[in-house]
Amino acid sequence: MNDFVLIRKNLFRKKLRAVLMIVSILIAFAIFGVLAAFERAFNAGEAVAEDDRLVVVNKINFTQPLPIAYFNRVQGIEGVRRVTHANWFGGYYQDPKNFLIVLAVEPESYLQIVDSDYVITPEMREAFIRERTGALVGESMAKKWGWKVGDRVPIASNIFSQKNGSRSWDMHIVGIFSKRKPQADTNVMLFQYDYFDETRSFGKDTIGWLILQTTSPEVNDRVAKTIDRGFANSSYETATDTEKAFNKAFVAQLGNIALIVQLVVGAAFVTILMIVGNTMVMAVRERTREIGVLKTLGFSGSRVLRLILGETVLLAIIGGVPGIALAALAIVNMRESVGNFLPGLTLEPSILAIAFVLMIGLGLATGLAPAIHAFRLKIADAMGRG
Amino acid sequence: MSMSDILVALLHVSKRFVKGKETIDIFERLDLTIPTKDFVAVMGPSGSGKTTLLNLLGGIDRPDGGEIHIAGMRIDTLSEGNLARWRAANIGFVFQFYNLMPMLTAAQNVELPLLLTNLHSAERREHVETALKIVNLADRAKHYPREMSGGQQQRVAIARAIVSDPKLLLCDEPTGDLDRNSADEILGMLSILNRELGKTIVVVTHDPAAARYARRTLHLDKGHFVEKELAA
Repeated sequence: MNDFVLIRKNLFRKKLRAVLMIVSILIAFAIFGVLAAFERAFNAGEAVAEDDRLVVVNKINFTQPLPIAYFNRVQGIEGVRRVTHANWFGGYYQDPKNFLIVLAVEPESYLQIVDSDYVITPEMREAFIRERTGALVGESMAKKWGWKVGDRVPIASNIFSQKNGSRSWDMHIVGIFSKRKPQADTNVMLFQYDYFDETRSFGKDTIGWLILQTTSPEVNDRVAKTIDRGFANSSYETATDTEKAFNKAFVAQLGNIALIVQLVVGAAFVTILMIVGNTMVMAVRERTREIGVLKTLGFSGSRVLRLILGETVLLAIIGGVPGIALAALAIVNMRESVGNFLPGLTLEPSILAIAFVLMIGLGLATGLAPAIHAFRLKIADAMGRG
Repeated sequence: MSMSDILVALLHVSKRFVKGKETIDIFERLDLTIPTKDFVAVMGPSGSGKTTLLNLLGGIDRPDGGEIHIAGMRIDTLSEGNLARWRAANIGFVFQFYNLMPMLTAAQNVELPLLLTNLHSAERREHVETALKIVNLADRAKHYPREMSGGQQQRVAIARAIVSDPKLLLCDEPTGDLDRNSADEILGMLSILNRELGKTIVVVTHDPAAARYARRTLHLDKGHFVEKELAA
């Protein structure tokens, strides 16, 4: 026998009570795991953003277009190193529920700017630039739909239609790219803006947004002001911000995810803290005489304190680890339905680390009051009590 | 009797309890010496201070005045931590209601005091087996307290008290919750521990029969001893 056996035996002396506490903790950590993964997935764009990138959108909001002419006008501004543009296609494959992230881009400049995000070979680049209907597909998307280089796939849009009335565009997959940055999203398809612009029935010569690479992050503010000032009082006023701020604002449209996570998890944890804490106080009070016996045998107050804290930490771990496992299982299942919207939905190691710290913290917090009570308990008082 | 023969020495010990506005003097300048290998029964009416005396001898409670020396160590000035360590090494306790841990087996209950030593697992197991053999419960090592009779539980408690080979055994009403046969069995066992293993034993009891097993009986009344020699 050792102290761990003593802790374990104490924890499970009333099995039903222990099981109920474990289930409560399990549920709390399952909620935490799922919500934290969602929060990370929503904010993945913020993590992947580069400090020297700016995004220019229509001042009304980013769903409104900008004239293609802005692409050339912005290139001449001092401090701008590279410019590209992209257009949201609103794509889907075969069925509208098979939503796809598809962007119509200017091939050469776009690939230069996202070079730090994705691994794109010279052969892929050349083929993409050369072929009008060519499309580059991220490996995550290709894997999901079983696409390979050379495949021709019809991709439909829920926004645009062709001049012939068709909503479908034929795409010839000329490359499948992987991520260079761990946070980068490869659940994306890129195809040529020219092909898109020539065939679409409306919105000709407009783009969705501009992406700029500046000469250094220090000039970002000046460049942004110059751009917005230059297009002020025009039909298409602009709003320029860093890519990080743009991604953040995009997510913020769905609500303050971080706050929602914090509130829900906070409420769950406070409830669990009160339930487990109260139960542990009662459990230790029931054992007052036994604590007295331990101290009589020579167990010091600090050792008794460690035994009780060990019990609550063990309880939190026994409940927390399967709770996180349950969250991981739930996330795997959820990926099927929301993976297109949130490709980065996963339980990252950092979430696991936070969960483990929370388990220890919850264990210590719930055990602290009864442990201090046991630490201070005088043997004569303990043995005198029924 | 030389100083080296004395295991317990209480010198002018005072103890009082404060209850509300009232102060109750339990002992006023109490003196007591117990030689090594003695077996003392302490008797007296309820509230006479028997359990308080046992608590003072075991370092569970502290006197308000005077000195307590056990095995050459003055214990009333030790810190809580040192007192706990001293208690683990020198004192074995037997309680009226056995006070075994219900979720531990007999062997695990006996092993508890050894968790405070540096003994390895195999050595601890050996000590536990020896202690259980002494109390004739080797065959019940894996039984839980709820699976044993009161007498058997008390024998496990005795095994727990002697497993770390303490110098002094303190027993608080060890037969108070037992039938006559079981009580005699326990007292006989304490007597053997005293005679054959040389344990010094102090038993607090209301049971006149218990006193017959002791070498001497101390009657405690209003904080003073009245000593009577008994035939061994």
